[in-house]
Amino acid sequence: MIRILVTDAAIDVAAELDALEHAGGGAVATFTGLVRDDGGVEELFLEHYPGATEDALGKLAGEAIERWSLAAATVIHRVGAMKPGERIVFVGTAAPHRSAALEACAFLIDRLKTDAPFWKRETRGQDAQWVGERDSDLHAASRWHKP
Amino acid sequence: MVAIDLLYFAWVRESIGLGHERATPPAEVANVAGLIDWLATRGGGYAEALGDKTKLRAAVDQLFVPLDASIAGAREIALFPPVTGG
Repeated sequence: MIRILVTDAAIDVAAELDALEHAGGGAVATFTGLVRDDGGVEELFLEHYPGATEDALGKLAGEAIERWSLAAATVIHRVGAMKPGERIVFVGTAAPHRSAALEACAFLIDRLKTDAPFWKRETRGQDAQWVGERDSDLHAASRWHKP
Repeated sequence: MVAIDLLYFAWVRESIGLGHERATPPAEVANVAGLIDWLATRGGGYAEALGDKTKLRAAVDQLFVPLDASIAGAREIALFPPVTGG
């Protein structure tokens, strides 16, 4: 079971967790990303490429399900304007055992950062800046390449 | 060459001043890098957004591609900075 959602509404983690717990696995792992205030950020704006974003996330979820034999994978990403502390991304996996659930969850959030077309713009006072690519994210994503 | 839908995102969109347009590149424009160079000759926001190709990424028909990818037969090409989601 794959659930992909790109939304401007708040992410309901309890509802998503409940669905994962009913997917038939013995283990559920989740990751929740929150908007950081990183030196006075007042607003974080998330832009995406409609259609291509959902396809990229669906492809990653499909890859995770196949590679770790998951019962379910959920990827939800907020778009639009957010405040520090709000949930920006949620990844959840259900699998027969913990190692598959945990690894697949880490794979999905690492690869989402480099493979899905989202862009962040931070606003501090009158200053709005698009966030740049981070080498640490590229490195984290590369560790999932199969040998 | 037929008209292509061009999409711009993030600061590329802001510099150019629009998120979508249709354009018909000349026949000698063979790949994404050539398209970027051709668009940059329009000057103004195009030159500003597209002047440094090391800062740009692209998708052809919604798939990420390197800038030397062919645009033959492409219906939709997106130009944007490196992605920063998550």
